[in-house]
Amino acid sequence: MRELSLHILDVVTNSIEAAATRIIVFIEESIKHNYFRIRIRDDGRGMSEEMVKTVTDPFVTTRRTRKVGMGLPLLKQLAEACNGNLTITSAIGKGSEICVTMQHDHWNRPPLGDMAETVVNLIVGAPDIHFLYRHSTDAGHFTFDSIWFQARMAERNCTPYQLIGPAKEMIKQQLLQIEAGS
Amino acid sequence: MKTLSDLRAIKEKARKEMAAREQSAKYRVVVAMGTCGIAAGARAVMSAILDEINKRNIADTIVTQTGCLGYCDQEPLVQVAQADKETITYGKVTPEIARRIVVDHIAGDRIVSDHVFMQT
Ligand SMILES: Nc1ncnc2c1ncn2[C@@H]1O[C@H](COP(=O)(O)OP(=O)(O)OP(=O)(O)O)[C@@H](O)[C@H]1O
Ligand SMILES: [Mg+2]
Repeated sequence: MRELSLHILDVVTNSIEAAATRIIVFIEESIKHNYFRIRIRDDGRGMSEEMVKTVTDPFVTTRRTRKVGMGLPLLKQLAEACNGNLTITSAIGKGSEICVTMQHDHWNRPPLGDMAETVVNLIVGAPDIHFLYRHSTDAGHFTFDSIWFQARMAERNCTPYQLIGPAKEMIKQQLLQIEAGS
Repeated sequence: MKTLSDLRAIKEKARKEMAAREQSAKYRVVVAMGTCGIAAGARAVMSAILDEINKRNIADTIVTQTGCLGYCDQEPLVQVAQADKETITYGKVTPEIARRIVVDHIAGDRIVSDHVFMQT
């Protein structure tokens, strides 16, 4: 995948499939300290120790529609190709956290890509989930909360579709302000 | 600044409205967002659907996402379901085909027959 924001969409889809009600995406990037870190935390059904050990092996999946899971193995491979790693912390019934760290200036690291599109599509497509996106850089940080989206919808009495444009615009502006996603 | 109880009220109101929208929705659109779907362009497909729905002021349709549907070679997959009717699954959907699905199928009640992968 050509964008980190597509991998993020992929990992968050795992959280949704695991029946999460609250998902946090936290991106920390620093040019000064040369790292790009993505943490995705959910309160979904979690994984056993055994599952965590094997989940980055492409032959592990609990889905019955196909025999191999690709999302996490692909991302792990990418992280390692960028002089970094992927770690999973999880417990049954408690939730999971996937943490990916990469060297910021590594030639193999894909760009962040369209994070606004990833976030807004998730909020519209999984409206029951409380979704939090936080991004920090050397220049500052910002947070986007799906509550903002719901509050605007209530205020303007509009459909979610009418808010997609403004929400994307807002996220883009904020990312620009903190010089994110370079 | 909003207080915690304000936020709770917003959440509760949003939840009720969502439930009402779901109840009254004529069409349910589902976009498959497994790894295979995303790699094949499902995010742009979903954006095209959302954009076209907004442009046409369609209110009686809900769009959600799901994981892998098990037909990875047909991704991106889009399902359109309607109460008491067969569910139509479109395969190899591009953003252009996605817009046609909204215009023809959802706004016009005509299945985009040349892109149907499965009818169940
Ligand atoms: N956040 C999570 N909570 C609980 N289980 C998870 C989570 N993320 C992954 N898993 C488990 O790990 C398995 C492998 O995940 P992975 O994303 O690699 O593949 P997949 O989702 O099964 O298929 P694909 O991503 O290729 O469409 C999943 O089937 C699921 O059982
Ligand atoms: Mg997956």
